[in-house]
Amino acid sequence: MSLLEIENLSLAIGGTPILQEVELAIAPGEVVGLVGESGSGKSMTALTIMRLLPHLARADGRVTFDGIDLLAASEDQMCTLRGDDIGMVFQEPMTALNPVKTIGEQVAEGIRWHTKAGRAEAEERARKMLDRVGLPGTKFPLSRYPHELSGGQRQRVVIAIACALKPKLLIADEPTTALDVVLQAQILDLLRDLVSENRMGLLLISHDLAVVTEMSDRLTILRRGEVMEAGDTARTLSAQHHPYTRELALASMHVPARPKTHQAGSAKPLLEVEGVSRAYPGRRMSLFRPAQPVRAVDNVSLTIEPAQSVALVGRSGCGKSTLARMILALDKPTAGAIRFRGEVITGKAEAALKPARRDMQVVFQDPYGSFDPRQKVEKLVAEPLHLLEKQPTRAERREMVAHALDEVGLGARDMDKYPHEFSGGQRQRLSIARAIITRPKLVVADEPVSALDVSIRAQILDLFAELNQKLGIAYLFITHDLTVARAMSDEVLVMHEGKIVERGRTADILDNPRSEAAQALVAAAPDLHRAIARRMQEQG
Amino acid sequence: MTMRVDLPEETLAGVLAKAFGNRSFLIGFVITLLVAAVALLSFVWTPYDVTRLVIADKALAPAAAHWFGTDHFGRDILSMIMVGARNSIAVALVAVGIGMGVGVPLGAFAAARGGIADEALMRVNDLVFAFPALLSAIMITAIFGPGAVNAIIAIGIFNIPVFARVARAGALAIWPREFILAARAAGKGMTQISVEHILPNIATLLLVQGTIQFALGILAEAGLSYVGLGAQPPMPSWGRMLFDAQTRMVTAPWMAIFPGMAIVVTVLGLNLLGDGIADILDPKSRRRR
Amino acid sequence: MTAYLLKRLIIAASTLVLASMVVFAVMEILPGDPARLMLGFNAGADQVEQLRNQMGLNAPLVPRYLHWAGGLLSLDFGRSYTYSVPVIDLVRERVVVSLPLALIALALSTIIAVPVGVFSASRQGRAGDALAMGAAQLGVAVPNFWFALMLIYLFAVWLRLVPAGGFPGWGAGIWPAVKSLLLPAVALALPQAAILARVARSALIEVLNEDYIRTARAKGLPYRAVLWRHALRNAMIPVLTILGLQFAFLLAGTIIIENVFYLPGLGRLVFQAINQRDLIVVESVVMLLVAAVIIVNLLVDFSYAVVDPRLRGRQ
Repeated sequence: MSLLEIENLSLAIGGTPILQEVELAIAPGEVVGLVGESGSGKSMTALTIMRLLPHLARADGRVTFDGIDLLAASEDQMCTLRGDDIGMVFQEPMTALNPVKTIGEQVAEGIRWHTKAGRAEAEERARKMLDRVGLPGTKFPLSRYPHELSGGQRQRVVIAIACALKPKLLIADEPTTALDVVLQAQILDLLRDLVSENRMGLLLISHDLAVVTEMSDRLTILRRGEVMEAGDTARTLSAQHHPYTRELALASMHVPARPKTHQAGSAKPLLEVEGVSRAYPGRRMSLFRPAQPVRAVDNVSLTIEPAQSVALVGRSGCGKSTLARMILALDKPTAGAIRFRGEVITGKAEAALKPARRDMQVVFQDPYGSFDPRQKVEKLVAEPLHLLEKQPTRAERREMVAHALDEVGLGARDMDKYPHEFSGGQRQRLSIARAIITRPKLVVADEPVSALDVSIRAQILDLFAELNQKLGIAYLFITHDLTVARAMSDEVLVMHEGKIVERGRTADILDNPRSEAAQALVAAAPDLHRAIARRMQEQG
Repeated sequence: MTMRVDLPEETLAGVLAKAFGNRSFLIGFVITLLVAAVALLSFVWTPYDVTRLVIADKALAPAAAHWFGTDHFGRDILSMIMVGARNSIAVALVAVGIGMGVGVPLGAFAAARGGIADEALMRVNDLVFAFPALLSAIMITAIFGPGAVNAIIAIGIFNIPVFARVARAGALAIWPREFILAARAAGKGMTQISVEHILPNIATLLLVQGTIQFALGILAEAGLSYVGLGAQPPMPSWGRMLFDAQTRMVTAPWMAIFPGMAIVVTVLGLNLLGDGIADILDPKSRRRR
Repeated sequence: MTAYLLKRLIIAASTLVLASMVVFAVMEILPGDPARLMLGFNAGADQVEQLRNQMGLNAPLVPRYLHWAGGLLSLDFGRSYTYSVPVIDLVRERVVVSLPLALIALALSTIIAVPVGVFSASRQGRAGDALAMGAAQLGVAVPNFWFALMLIYLFAVWLRLVPAGGFPGWGAGIWPAVKSLLLPAVALALPQAAILARVARSALIEVLNEDYIRTARAKGLPYRAVLWRHALRNAMIPVLTILGLQFAFLLAGTIIIENVFYLPGLGRLVFQAINQRDLIVVESVVMLLVAAVIIVNLLVDFSYAVVDPRLRGRQ
């Protein structure tokens, strides 16, 4: 018998349909993956089960949990179920905990509420639970506050809260999306263990096909509120009967074509970074001891040749983005020198940087935050033209913007629109158009596809590859995602705690990592091929 | 303290359509327009001449001839309220202008520059905020003598740190955004970025604060006039009318009731307008749509 | 934690010093000779000169400032020009009116505003919320001195429940004294309460949209429990900020309100002193009020640290 059964569920918020005729079932001890791109209604399905939907939401159909009709249950009934029989883990560990309460209070609170246990007993159980999720009492006393923990540690606390009373069903909504791959692997392992220990049912919601494949027995693929395909994970993904399933699988493994590969050592270096460090003033631990500076980047050297595509990979907080900003002359190194086309750019005045800036542009991660919402596309894409020696006339400018838009697959008509009229993928195209309008030699791309859905991400990677081939632009790709590194780069630099720990040809490093940091990254990276193969093997 | 600034993503037509569907905005807008119209009308027409004293008609209760009654010199209260609106609006408007004109560039500069400039501005802000505004206004007018101009200066000075603070907080929330980094990568300098990207994005924030300060300015002007430090007779002003009414509360309460209501309605209108603007431009209210 | 508190303390102290310089400088540039004022216009020039020397008015600026500021620290404000008594005595007999008035008003406004804010936030968008916020919107627009006049008309003239003004002194007993402060306190408190209730409501609504509220609800806590246990403490921070600012407003408000009710407080004192050009009284009272504002804001800063563990740093 199913633990959770969703039948014919439809949901509308303020008249807008969100879910249509969704079916889903979870048996005790079973892991079911719910996969879909943004806007597919995954999270809303979870919130419907929890009955934590926003106002004006209307759900029809049946959701049965353990014999209880959840859609008909009273709020009091739901309160006894939530946290006791159904636990939930959320996406954003940084904001999921109350900043003014200790982690002990927050874990014990649910225990006390549901079991009427006394404070001491509840704290005792909270302690055990935190030990279980990997936060031992010696290092993480109950009196810790959330701000004293890292993102991964906070997510462990959230899991402790959700699992404290050994719920029959755990719902995890993108539990690792905000974490880097190494933390992701750790959290997924923890979830897997907790599920098998307590015979919990797990509804794992994710946009990442590889993660879901690794974790779940069965999966349901959702698109625009409708179930596309559902079934056994291995069989569904190997057969790929449904066209959307095939589309998703292909996009997840997409490698853009790059016929001309770069030959290392073939030219004079374009960018040379020599012994660069960046220290920040540290936090004062005591009034009478000076603060220890924190070295975000520590004596880093690297070179990039013309038309070469280099990936800088590393865990979050390893100093990748700080390094990128220094290369772009948006931040000043505390030591070392950066040379671009043989000229030193560190410590130069803004006016003297113009020629270098012209040849070095940037694409950011967030397609929503990269544009001033108050300006039209023409002005936004044309912004770097400010760097030209001779300012173009209005007509020339429009001509150049139109050309750049055409190169990234957008039309000249788009010039008079505002950025909010574009989708995430289109905005990333705009971002690239802005970066190439001055015909730069180097583009620094900081996680340029990690905020995009897989199908869009494949298209944007293709665009990057095409521009590299056609215009000979060199790339510095900053990413924590090894599939992007593998798809896009000739060489990989592995960064760890501010230092470059390994460098080499992409295939060599990803297939045969030597440094510990690179090994950890490779081992933790989810890989759809491998995951399907493993599943098939397990099932014979 | 950090501040969240949500960037609006709307076209003018969309904003206008929403504005006229927003109750706060609509009521506030109509009241504000009405008050402004009455003030303008008073330049060309009032029911009675406010400079003529008709002792025979003194302290008449509200009636058909004098809707709001007359004061102790026989002047028509309605006419005086109409003329008083000019004074209130002028003082508050110029004071907001002073506050914005000086405060916004200061705040934007401090946010862009950071470091010592920022710290210095914040300390000066702390200093000004330490002086209870009305007390200082009383001191300023006491030093330079009472009068509408000095009232404007006194209120205006205390608007400066308010706008500096709002502009700084708004700008600080926008500076770390990626589109600012992109502008810097395009070689734009601090001033250019402030003018092209920062100011347009905090404009709505400043507009909302502007209506709040406008309303506070009207209250402050009334307070100063009430203690005799604002506009001087024979120029009618709402605060001064209340002062005259105070000793006659028992015999002629209408002398106090109507000017006070004029203040309440005007301030209410401005506050509703500000609330409405904030509502319309707040993406959170849009998300609920 | 100490680092945060120390920083706030240093900022408060330096603000206080700067403020004293500003007050001193303003009084310096004021027209009018205090010695001439004290002696009257019939006094001879040499007499005036002698008094100026006696009062230390002929000393250079810096020593004069230091002398004055040093006096402030030991509560020696000098002698009033018009009353010829130590300023501290004048202040002492007035502060027992103004301080209770401001405190009663502050307490009243908090007691009214916070429950109204919570009520409104928890019924966001419903009739109760609309009604409460409509009243608050009106309250914000009412000038306190006009409100005071209306209160006098209603309660003193019409209903004859309380005196229309004046202060019997604390010697007349606690109740009569408090009774005469009641209307002024209400007149001061209600407009402030309206502002505070609006701030409390919007702070609470903002907090209720945070992710951790959802986490708490996913634990099985009912909405009310989440509101009281999780939301309220987080919403306290903006409320405390406004409370600090309101203290300054209330102090300034007392100046006018005391004039409406004929209360012998600091506000009346400062007014009379301005009219009589008794500058030493003016600068003393201003300095005292400024110090009160700075100290209250320092207390607010300290209370942030109590509410928000992030300010306390690592233990």
